[in-house]
Amino acid sequence: MNFEVGGRGAFAYTAAHELDPAKPTVVFVHGAGLDHSSFGLQSRYFGYHGRNVLALDLPAHGRSDGPALSDIREMADWVSEALRSLKIPKAAVVGHSMGSLVTLELAARHPEQAERIAFVGVAFPMKVGAPFLEAAKANDYSAFDMHTIWGHGAQVALAGNPSPGMWMHGDALARLERLAPGVLYAGLKACNDYAAGLESAAKVKCPALFILGRRDVMTPLRAAKALQERIAGAKTVEIAASGHALMAEAPDATLDALIEFLSLEKPKG
Amino acid sequence: MAAPKYPSLDTLALHAGQSPDPATGSRAVPIYQTTSYVFRDTEHAASLFNMERAGHVYSRISNPTVAVLEERMAALEGGVGAIATASGQAALHLAVATLMGAGGHIVASASLYGGSHNLLGYTLKRFGIDTTFVNPRRLDEWKRAIRANTRLLFGETLGNPGLDVLDIPSISAIAHEAKLPLLVDATFTTPVLMKPFALGADLLYHSATKFLGGHGVAIAGVLVDSGRFDWEASGKFETLTAPYAGFHGMDFEEESGTRAFLLRARREGLRDFGACMAPMTAFHILQGIETLHLRMPRHVENTRRVVEFLSRHSQVEKVIYPELPGHPDHALAKKLLPNGCGAVFSFEITGGRPAGKRFIESLRVFSHLANVGDAKSLVIHPATTTHYRMSDADLKNAGITAGTVRLSIGLEDAQDLIDDLERALKASAK
Repeated sequence: MNFEVGGRGAFAYTAAHELDPAKPTVVFVHGAGLDHSSFGLQSRYFGYHGRNVLALDLPAHGRSDGPALSDIREMADWVSEALRSLKIPKAAVVGHSMGSLVTLELAARHPEQAERIAFVGVAFPMKVGAPFLEAAKANDYSAFDMHTIWGHGAQVALAGNPSPGMWMHGDALARLERLAPGVLYAGLKACNDYAAGLESAAKVKCPALFILGRRDVMTPLRAAKALQERIAGAKTVEIAASGHALMAEAPDATLDALIEFLSLEKPKG
Repeated sequence: MAAPKYPSLDTLALHAGQSPDPATGSRAVPIYQTTSYVFRDTEHAASLFNMERAGHVYSRISNPTVAVLEERMAALEGGVGAIATASGQAALHLAVATLMGAGGHIVASASLYGGSHNLLGYTLKRFGIDTTFVNPRRLDEWKRAIRANTRLLFGETLGNPGLDVLDIPSISAIAHEAKLPLLVDATFTTPVLMKPFALGADLLYHSATKFLGGHGVAIAGVLVDSGRFDWEASGKFETLTAPYAGFHGMDFEEESGTRAFLLRARREGLRDFGACMAPMTAFHILQGIETLHLRMPRHVENTRRVVEFLSRHSQVEKVIYPELPGHPDHALAKKLLPNGCGAVFSFEITGGRPAGKRFIESLRVFSHLANVGDAKSLVIHPATTTHYRMSDADLKNAGITAGTVRLSIGLEDAQDLIDDLERALKASAK
């Protein structure tokens, strides 16, 4: 659906459903350089299982107008404003990578809007290597290559995609190529500069879940530890066969973890 | 920090799309000879049907063996994904049917495989889809032929049988200016000799029956999407950007962005038209692809030797191969096909139709049949076979005469091939 945040056009995928005030809402926040479709299977599931779904396109990503934001707190405020604009008082929020930092900040800065939060592939600090950052700043194609290769488990370069017929590296590159110049850099810089993680984690009062890939080289398991330790009662699900792109590399395991966390029902099988 | 690297084409040809079978450890791609897949429970079944989970439901829509081939081809071509089809013709039809319905229009190169010419020029017309054929070398013709209802530009990377080299960078620029995609048939070049997406094409397909398989044992096709064409921004593709009642009101572009075309092609095209690939066929084609990077250079090397021989022969009027300086696309070929112009080419024999008949019937190593891209060398007379339904004017436009003979050079010893040709040319003069 198209709507406005701060007078600019914004888009959220709703799984072809109208928002229903009587239903609970799940918000999905994508990572740097990505868009709502990175949560394709998972967001669709919840849209067809009794939830409002808002898989957002952050400013300058997907179908939302720019300019891109380059500060995690500004992004969290943008999500907060998006929820207000859509008259959603409270939602479960699921973030991936950069989106997980946005989710953390939303829970810290706007706790009344975050019912529960899930981090998919998170690290703090989320430092970005200088060559990657510099390449993105220069809008050099090698930034897309680094994003693509490090953004997936090493096995993805050769092994099978759970979604029949699709090539994960090719899909990642095609999506990145649609970005306007500077947008990837804005996201990476926001991750790299974000310094409030520990303080914000200590402020989280709602239930929290970490979904982490054991083959993640971009936000490796150990890099989530500081946040895990500071969020009281947080649960963790480790997915053995996934790198950083958990929603694509291990779609069912990621979905099952979210289903259990959002208490819709117990995963089966 | 060292810059990361993708696996090379040679490695992808052997591995992409498959890890050892988790159930058995099988290193080779298993042939999942099954029509259907047991659901874990009713909830799992519903989730698969509604595309909330990844997996297989019914082998007309997807199959694990076929999926390995699809992913491998997407990796080799640099696409977002692929759909394997029952034949190359099925791949072309699937592409067209996914992009348009009655009232649609295609601008296509006149230098096409006869089967493609039939589909576009006659059969699709019956379903309300018109095609304007243009001289592929005339960029102004491509531009002029585009109408308000045009939905696709289409050509072969190497035209059939005149080996017109498709100027993909220029034609894709024309297409993109008109907010249209360019589809190419890349059968003759394969990803070893050309990467059409890197040159600007948006969609491509192969008759996998040919070089991809290489063995001549299976009819197959594969359609690959680059994922680079922005259907939403174009505003011309309702099939991809408007809610589709046939799939719960799904807006394919909104649902999946870069994957929209393949999503509709699979969920509608394979579901409803049903021209899917059998798992055994996928296995056969995969066996071929594992050696594609080794075979194509040998095909090209043998072709160059045969072309050189024929070019010097007194009973040969003309050899049509883009690496020859006299070919109209020689300069373009140097730019777009630096590793070779494939292994299929034509020549004109002195003495016209009777000489051609004697020549073909005198060959011993070359097989006279209607195929190309086999490991074995092949020969055919287009005017009486592959292009026999075309009018004289269309034949002329496609660069075919009564004396045109088409060869597909295989992997035999090059001198044996030359000896065979020499003997047959001698016989043709009697």
